[in-house]
Amino acid sequence: MDVAIIGIGLHRFGRSPDMSGMQQGASAVRAALADAGLSWSDMQFAYGGSQDAGNADTLVNELGLTGLQFTNIWNGCATGGSSLHAAYSAIKSGEYDVGVVVGFDKHPRGAFNPKPADWGIDEWYGETGMMLTTQFFALKTQRYMHEHGITEESLIRVSEKAFKNGSLTPTAWRQQALSYDEIANSAMISDPLRKFMFCSPAEGGAALIICNADKAHLYSSKPLFLKTAVVRTRHYGSFEVFAPSQAMKVADAPTVTASKAAFELAGIGPEDIDVMQLQDTDSGTEIIHMAENGFCEHGEQEKLLREGATDINGSMPINTDGGCLANGEPVGASGLRQVYEICVQLRGEGGARQVPNNPKVGYTHVYGAPGLSGVNIISK
Amino acid sequence: MSNQLPIHEGLFTWPSTKPQLLGSRCVNCAETAFPAQPDCRNCGSRETNIVELGDRGTLWTWTIQTFMPKAPYHSDETAETFKPYGVGYVEMPGGVRVESRLLPSKPDELKIGMPMQLEIIPFRTNHTGDQIMTFRFSPVAEA
Ligand SMILES: [Zn+2]
Repeated sequence: MDVAIIGIGLHRFGRSPDMSGMQQGASAVRAALADAGLSWSDMQFAYGGSQDAGNADTLVNELGLTGLQFTNIWNGCATGGSSLHAAYSAIKSGEYDVGVVVGFDKHPRGAFNPKPADWGIDEWYGETGMMLTTQFFALKTQRYMHEHGITEESLIRVSEKAFKNGSLTPTAWRQQALSYDEIANSAMISDPLRKFMFCSPAEGGAALIICNADKAHLYSSKPLFLKTAVVRTRHYGSFEVFAPSQAMKVADAPTVTASKAAFELAGIGPEDIDVMQLQDTDSGTEIIHMAENGFCEHGEQEKLLREGATDINGSMPINTDGGCLANGEPVGASGLRQVYEICVQLRGEGGARQVPNNPKVGYTHVYGAPGLSGVNIISK
Repeated sequence: MSNQLPIHEGLFTWPSTKPQLLGSRCVNCAETAFPAQPDCRNCGSRETNIVELGDRGTLWTWTIQTFMPKAPYHSDETAETFKPYGVGYVEMPGGVRVESRLLPSKPDELKIGMPMQLEIIPFRTNHTGDQIMTFRFSPVAEA
């Protein structure tokens, strides 16, 4: 049984001061239903999650008490990916024909401040100032640059591209393009990463209507197909966030294992992907994820970025809507925003940011604490 | 009079004139963890022993924390008195990379591969006036 995506909805990321996170989730669901031409009462199941904005199944109070199966999913940055995987499995198993996946969030301003106990770590680690995701991404990027000859120029180019793409995206939070020099001269936050190289926690919602592909034509003239949805956790020896120590032994990152599994399940390779979304909590991480997802060799990024390969008109367009850098990261919604954007591109509805030459296959990737990754492959 | 109490039991030998970081080593696969844990994150064995990891290592990666973290960060600093600090992973002869605060707080004072020395330092003062001690690494000349 194949799985189709027949409706997509977004509640614009950024700040919605007059709306709760839950309301932004409901707004995304309504948009996805309208896009599919369906109503809430048509939904047989729902999977949803948020980090800071409440229990997703409470959405029924806004959308209607229809008695559907609604399961809350919380899996860190892979919350959207895990919800999508659950929906994918529900359709694949033949149990259901049509349902919805929703993610939403509303975070306070400033960096995340996770509690050590939630991650199985004693208090001293947070008290002494080592429990920060920004630090981890800086530490990983610093080592990666050292090992693979990546320079600050590449970090700047990733941000430059993100904000340029954001300026072409009506739903993006940050719509102001930034020059190379503005990024290069922005404040150093956590060496080697500067202010305009980090994404910020934000607000927003995203939703997808998923259905049995055999019935997709009943609902939609433009269905897309979810070829695979994969979530993987870390192995011993990979360098992960919130780790008071790491093994000397080196293992593949969870992104590598998730990516390999996704390509294997879909029966295609990185060369078949026309447009992609790679987790860009910061510009260093996007660079690392280009190689970890199999799209280039480690160290090759410097040349690719200089040539503009990851631009909208390049050979491997990455984060065409500006990614997390330009949209911010409402954790529960972020992974589904990636899928939303890939669907927009595959439908050819990207407007000023549309990837040329009729892209047919798209890819999304998230990475998050404490070392997990989600990958989806979507095709026409 | 004020005592010097470790921020958490079992992270390092204290009090000591030559303190060492403490970790655990698996009886089954010999992999090492910091802080010590009763089970092995590599093979799942429940047989581990507490071991000394040493007091010197080499810097594997680093960054500078430039802004004062929100809670659970708990020092004596205020937004006005906060000073940036280094953070890095130090490769220990005991066979593990340990994350630590670093003394240098400027990029030109830190370099991957440089030798680092463990120090136990007062981090904050508790409500009864005791000094709460934590560990830190600082660059050291090659022995
Ligand atoms: Zn073991």
